[in-house]
Amino acid sequence: MKEAGVKAWLPSLLRLALVVLLIAFVTNPGWFEPLLKPLTESNAPAIYNQGSLLTLTLLHLRTVLIATVAATIVAVALAILVTRPAGVEFLPLSRSLVNIGQTFPPVAVLALAVPAVGFGEKPTLIALFLYGLLPIFENALTGLTTLPANVVEAARGAGMTGWQRLVKVELPLSAPIILGGIRLSVVISLATATIGSTVAARTLGEVIIAGLLSNNLAFVLQGGLIVAALAVLIYDGLSTIERYTARRMGQETA
Amino acid sequence: MTTRFDKLGVVIAAIVAYAAFAAPFATLRANRIVPGEARSILEALPPTLGPLLLAVVVVAAVVALLKTPLILRLAASVVALAALALLIGVAGGFLTPEGNSFARISPASGFWLLIFAFTLLLADGLTRLNLSPSARIAVLVVTAAAIGMLLVSGSWNSLSILKEYANRADSFWAEGSKHVTLALGSLAAAVIAGLPLGILCHRVEKLRAGVLNVLNIIQTIPSIALFGLLIAPLGWVATHVPGAASLGVRGIGTAPAFVALFLYSLLPVVANTVVGLAGVPRAANDAARGMGMTERQRLFSVEFPLAFPVILTGIRIVLVQNIGLATIAALIGGGGFGVFVFQGVGQTAMDLVLLGAVPTVALAFAAAIILDAVIEMTSTRRREAQPA
Repeated sequence: MKEAGVKAWLPSLLRLALVVLLIAFVTNPGWFEPLLKPLTESNAPAIYNQGSLLTLTLLHLRTVLIATVAATIVAVALAILVTRPAGVEFLPLSRSLVNIGQTFPPVAVLALAVPAVGFGEKPTLIALFLYGLLPIFENALTGLTTLPANVVEAARGAGMTGWQRLVKVELPLSAPIILGGIRLSVVISLATATIGSTVAARTLGEVIIAGLLSNNLAFVLQGGLIVAALAVLIYDGLSTIERYTARRMGQETA
Repeated sequence: MTTRFDKLGVVIAAIVAYAAFAAPFATLRANRIVPGEARSILEALPPTLGPLLLAVVVVAAVVALLKTPLILRLAASVVALAALALLIGVAGGFLTPEGNSFARISPASGFWLLIFAFTLLLADGLTRLNLSPSARIAVLVVTAAAIGMLLVSGSWNSLSILKEYANRADSFWAEGSKHVTLALGSLAAAVIAGLPLGILCHRVEKLRAGVLNVLNIIQTIPSIALFGLLIAPLGWVATHVPGAASLGVRGIGTAPAFVALFLYSLLPVVANTVVGLAGVPRAANDAARGMGMTERQRLFSVEFPLAFPVILTGIRIVLVQNIGLATIAALIGGGGFGVFVFQGVGQTAMDLVLLGAVPTVALAFAAAIILDAVIEMTSTRRREAQPA
């Protein structure tokens, strides 16, 4: 019995430890200097010194958050539009557009957005938005088109209007799948945002690129690890929410 | 009356109206990095051709706007795209001042929007045609051939992106082959390592969660960091393992890029192999066992062929992703089309960025279409062989 208890708690403990470690690292990176020092050469600094890691982490998260919220609103609205009778003409085309869109490499989107909006955060937001759009749209489409037919019929039979069916039946039922798309999109965005620093956006990519340019492995490692830790934690958190909504919707957890 | 309009056509006509009459068609710059001056269709083309192009796009937009037969819509989009492709080259020659080799002409927002609008019309038409996989590949080949002919004929040579190309023709092909080698080579390595690993994960349940979790975590490491982190271990291998350096293992350059792409590719290959094998119907396995097949025979002649379309889907994801990610290799000296993208960003020379970005997008796009077609062919063959 005791062993089972430990096994059940282990993931939560690991998560907690990772959160504590992450917060400690971005607020007090000095504590970890001895660990990173062996990775540097000829007395280079072991902790990124051209800006605070905490500020960069928050800016990184802010960029990802803005892009994801915008992408979610647009993607879900589009998915709703093409699954209504009025927009059903656009359904096949929107599917092929999503397929085409996924072939654009993020670096290209980023670089091509620069002439239109200038250097800095804006091109990064555009690239993250476009990239985040696709998984959410695809999942929302799957969710809205694979609803159990009897449930939709029942809602219609109960005299619900189109709007009521959408808000009270279709969206809640497809919420877990849509959340899955958002989760995928956030994890991709967290990693892609680092590339934004090649066009002077202030994200954790700045730390990695500074490391690449000055041949300082400690910088590359700390930037990469913070982003990876954020991604793992957020992925995990969103999966939990997803399972919770799926349970509430009476669906089996995948 | 309103029902006579095609809904997508309304969107296309609106984009065309804005792009043809309000947005600039081409940009003229005194040299490659200064801001440019906008030129409309009528200003950018000789007096006869300008109105002709306007007429073509307006007629095509009207065809899109009204509910017209599918074949007419396809024809309109192809004619409009061909006219745009030909005339942007003419605009390049027309706008370049006599004997001026510094001036740069590049397509502007209006041109790109028109291309986008008619590609939308073409894509919609092709989607509705519901082409067979081999027909889709044929369309791709014809399009590629048409673009190739335009490039070879030199009618685009006065455009800025091709002037960038002319300055770098040798390195363009060298970087291009590096890009393809990186993307395909790491894919091949991932398939060679990932298939057995996936089969192992399918057979040994204890391994499955662990392996997939590790591969999932690798995916969360940002690409530029993973590329960077591999510099140290590979540098160590190159100096300490005899013979490694002569095989091309280096701390910077192609080796870390190759290993990073390989690591990113493993997850889709392994995960899809596991999913594909898990989806093999129990009845098929039982029948094979009943026929007295050995484990090995069962794997190769029953499970594997049945799981193949799913595994192929994983390979498609990897290939498209690798072609995109290989651009980042340029940051650590690994070469590839990313070299031009990052050089262009550094010099704020957008045509140089395009010289790297356009071939990358084209390669990824072609790879996606070809593999999608192959997946469809294998899965329909499977369905025919196995009526449910």
